[in-house]
Amino acid sequence: MADAVQSAHDTTTVVRRSKLQKFLSNKTFWRGLTALIVFTLLWEIGSQFKGWFGIEIWWVGKVAPPSDVLTTWISVVQRPGYWESWYLSFSRVFLGFIIAQIIGIPFGLALAVNRYFRDIFFPPFEILRPIPPLAWVPASIIFWPTTELSIAFVTFLGAFFTIVINVLGGARTIDIQYLRAAQSMGATQWNLFTKIILPGTLPSIFTGAAVGMGITWEVVLAAEMISGGGQQSGGGLGFFIWSSYMGGAMEQVIVGMISIGIAGYLSSSLIRYIGGVSMPWRRLF
Amino acid sequence: MPQTNPKISDTADSKTMVELKGVCRSYGDEWEREEVISDFNLTIMPGELTVLVGPSGCGKSTLVNLIAGFDFPESGEILINGKPVTGPGHDRMVVFQETALMPWLTAYKNVVFGPKLRGDLKGAELEAEATAILEKVGLGEFKDKYPLQLSGGMQRRAELARAMINKPLLMIMDEPFRGLDAMSRELMQEFFVRLFEETHRTNLFVTSEIEEAIFLADRVVVLSNRPTSVRQIIDIKLPRPRDFHMLSSTEAFEYKREAMEILHEEALKSFKQTGDQSDFIEAYSKRAE
Repeated sequence: MADAVQSAHDTTTVVRRSKLQKFLSNKTFWRGLTALIVFTLLWEIGSQFKGWFGIEIWWVGKVAPPSDVLTTWISVVQRPGYWESWYLSFSRVFLGFIIAQIIGIPFGLALAVNRYFRDIFFPPFEILRPIPPLAWVPASIIFWPTTELSIAFVTFLGAFFTIVINVLGGARTIDIQYLRAAQSMGATQWNLFTKIILPGTLPSIFTGAAVGMGITWEVVLAAEMISGGGQQSGGGLGFFIWSSYMGGAMEQVIVGMISIGIAGYLSSSLIRYIGGVSMPWRRLF
Repeated sequence: MPQTNPKISDTADSKTMVELKGVCRSYGDEWEREEVISDFNLTIMPGELTVLVGPSGCGKSTLVNLIAGFDFPESGEILINGKPVTGPGHDRMVVFQETALMPWLTAYKNVVFGPKLRGDLKGAELEAEATAILEKVGLGEFKDKYPLQLSGGMQRRAELARAMINKPLLMIMDEPFRGLDAMSRELMQEFFVRLFEETHRTNLFVTSEIEEAIFLADRVVVLSNRPTSVRQIIDIKLPRPRDFHMLSSTEAFEYKREAMEILHEEALKSFKQTGDQSDFIEAYSKRAE
């Protein structure tokens, strides 16, 4: 009887292909690439002819065409300030983000597992949570000694609340049967925490990280624009966009925008990758 | 089953006796108490498969929680071989309604979870035992799969294996085959009854299906509606090893008729109790909580 059930599940045949072959036959990849090319083409046509297919649309021609953006980008890439902006924004994002993880995950877990801790710390947390991170900018500029620190602090806030809420929610919704099963197999309180609550919360930790990373990028750019980018030259991608706008270099503004898009994509890919590696049971389908 | 490891079936299993004496449990606050279990008396005989059948929502799961030690009776006592239950322990293993396999562990790691935690089996010995048990439930090739990669029936078997390796004195099955499709359900019942007949480990099986109860049981305990108590005990004298043809015998038919009649009466009572509309809404809002 058991064999009958087994063989029904054992019919998948493994076809061996090289990684490159697999990549090139991936329809999702080709569809995505086609979409990007079509989008860029439409943009180019729209900017050149102030409309599409003979139909003029008054606002279409205002944006620089991708060909101009590309030329600007090629010259911008040769300036060290551009790369310094990348480095500055990335280090600010990751500094704020990592500190938010280091404080937020234990804090969320403590809220989830300890009633007294939750009774005391949840109300102030809930009052601070709706305050937008950018509303903290003036206060943090006064409070922190350097601009760098105040940007990092605002970035930290952006990720912190999202991370805590996700960890708390994830830990509180773990099925009680896992805890009961572990308990009857002899698990101590500490075992329950490390072997059930921690792995059970992992998916929510990574959801929180992915959302938090997005917010961190939004916040860091706004903070850089407001604070004037700090003392260093370059000043971050947010400042790069702001100063380009002030100087009237619209192509450079678009270069900055696309750079942020790429930076955000790289950051969330990194989180997805780490999530996949640390949660092999979620990679099954 | 061909791969029988002598270590798996501990002969002491079949000597467990469980006694429930005047067990009561109610829920709610001081003003509005609802008695779920009232004066429950039952002796689960050593080496027997006792099946509890009752109308849905009658407090079967509460009973399971009490015996497993997840919850405590307000009065009365529960004795395992004469010793009162003081909390959860690996002498009583529960196979839950929906699967309670840890989704983040492979089938093998789920099975070794308990022994590894307590450290009472180690290294090669543990590996041999876990592999043997997984072979026994027909999951030898699937030991490195995660629960989500297994079919419903396989998940239940993995869970059985996880319970068996702890060598419980009492195995508690709380509607373990609910949610399986008819075919795998039948296969699982047959598989389970073979396993029981081989070891005669004292077993408490909870279900809401009469046919399942009669097919598996040495004794069927029919429960009353809330507050739950023992309504009738039916000794099932079908020969072992059981097979499905026995369900169409006159004897089985008689058992079924007897149980059906009582259950029908109890179900009617619960229908009358909740027939009032305000009660219905109240019951619904409670469920929604």
